[in-house]
Amino acid sequence: MPRAKVTFQDVDVSVTVPAGTRLIEVSEKVGAGIVYGCREGECCTCLTRIISGAENFAPPSILEEQVLKDNLAPRRHRLACQAQILGGEIVVVPA
Amino acid sequence: MAMLATTSSKRAVEIAPGVHWVGALDPQLRRFDIILKTANGTSYNAFVVRGESGVAVIDTVKENFADDFFARLESVARYDEITSIVLNHLEPDHSGALPELLRRAPQATVYLSSRAQMMLKALLKPGGEQAPEYVPVSTGDTVALGGRTLRFLHTPYLHWPDTQCTYLEEDGLLFTGDIFGCHFCDERLFNDRVGDFRFSFEYYYAQIMRPFREHVLDALELIEALDLQLIAPAHGPLLRHLPRDYVRRYRELAMPRLFNEARSEKTLVVFYLSAYGNTRQMAEAIAAGAERIAGVRVSLYDLEGGDAAIFTDFVEEADGLAFGSPTINADAVKPIWDLLSSLTSVNIKGKLGAAFGSYGWSGEAVRMIEDRLRGLKLRVPVEGLRIKLVPDAGELEQCGRLGENLARHLTGEIEHRELDLAALA
Repeated sequence: MPRAKVTFQDVDVSVTVPAGTRLIEVSEKVGAGIVYGCREGECCTCLTRIISGAENFAPPSILEEQVLKDNLAPRRHRLACQAQILGGEIVVVPA
Repeated sequence: MAMLATTSSKRAVEIAPGVHWVGALDPQLRRFDIILKTANGTSYNAFVVRGESGVAVIDTVKENFADDFFARLESVARYDEITSIVLNHLEPDHSGALPELLRRAPQATVYLSSRAQMMLKALLKPGGEQAPEYVPVSTGDTVALGGRTLRFLHTPYLHWPDTQCTYLEEDGLLFTGDIFGCHFCDERLFNDRVGDFRFSFEYYYAQIMRPFREHVLDALELIEALDLQLIAPAHGPLLRHLPRDYVRRYRELAMPRLFNEARSEKTLVVFYLSAYGNTRQMAEAIAAGAERIAGVRVSLYDLEGGDAAIFTDFVEEADGLAFGSPTINADAVKPIWDLLSSLTSVNIKGKLGAAFGSYGWSGEAVRMIEDRLRGLKLRVPVEGLRIKLVPDAGELEQCGRLGENLARHLTGEIEHRELDLAALA
């Protein structure tokens, strides 16, 4: 199975994960500062800034796109409860 | 007093030639937005600026005071003369009369900050109205009214993301939204005529602006450069006498109170409560461990000896915060929650947080505190320490290592960790 490496810059931890993993599945386990609300992609509480490797996520769904737009999220920001890691290297930090 | 008669009669009050206050007084209000007390109500300040070729309305009032606002507005301008509506802040106490104003003056262009656009749409949603013509503006943008110019200052997060100030260049009038405001109702309107409102001014800063003090300092950089004849906030007295004093006072309030002797070092504050001395022993060991790391200054506080308001200052300036609580009835103890629930008045986002505590049976407190710290957007990179009842020598050593670890996170010495998700399960 393809693997990816995601780094949570605020706690300086890198985790190797299988492709398909969502950020939420990793961030809580390493104690990163990303905070969750609804966990369903609606509330935007888990807004996360992608420092590098934004292209290594699956593209946002229509719902996620809309929530990001409604909340005026800057470029290279994703919802951690939705963003699915595809491969490569990614560095993130809570927004 | 003439002014008393004027404001009570629902007529506009001239604050400069061709510039009128058309706001509303709410003397009965005792609690604002649930969180703020006020002993004599508040005011919702709105203004009309008349130029040779246009009339601008700056902000409106709370919805149930719309009649007062429109009566005052009609005493100085016709609706079809209004060319511009400036929204410095879209909170409902300033935008409540906006939907109706837009119905009466549909030709007006709305000027607001970029972040306010979504809020404008949300505000107009219940009436099903189309958004009016609006222009997002930022620092340096201007609107010409004919012989008069409104210039905008981008001053976000004071206290919402949408906030801005508007400066009437030719007259040196600054319309500031909530900045320099206070909940104080006095129909004499001007700071040199009203009762003593200094407490309200400082209370308002502490409750509303303090969490955003970095943004206050950014805004002051823009404001201090202006020639100021009068500051017109959206609540409370209009500051025409010594307006610069209020700007200076904001700078004082936004700066640390005393020189911080530890400012060249990283600071860790360890708070604890202890029923039988066990969590206290842990706190002392953690503090001692952190002190072993050069460049870190530790303060140790027993929450039993003070209340949340006193500790807020430490929290605001500390780089790291550790909270120790025993578990009683499956919860952390109340003084911890009192402190953690009062931290919304300061900016703590991004600080280092940690939790620890001794427990007898179930030991939930540590995880609950960690969750709260994450909720407050602190980073919690080190898993908290739970110790059953009395810590032994080995466990106190663990506490010391926790302290060292926290200190290293503060100094940036912590080693990067590489993990595998499978090992974390």
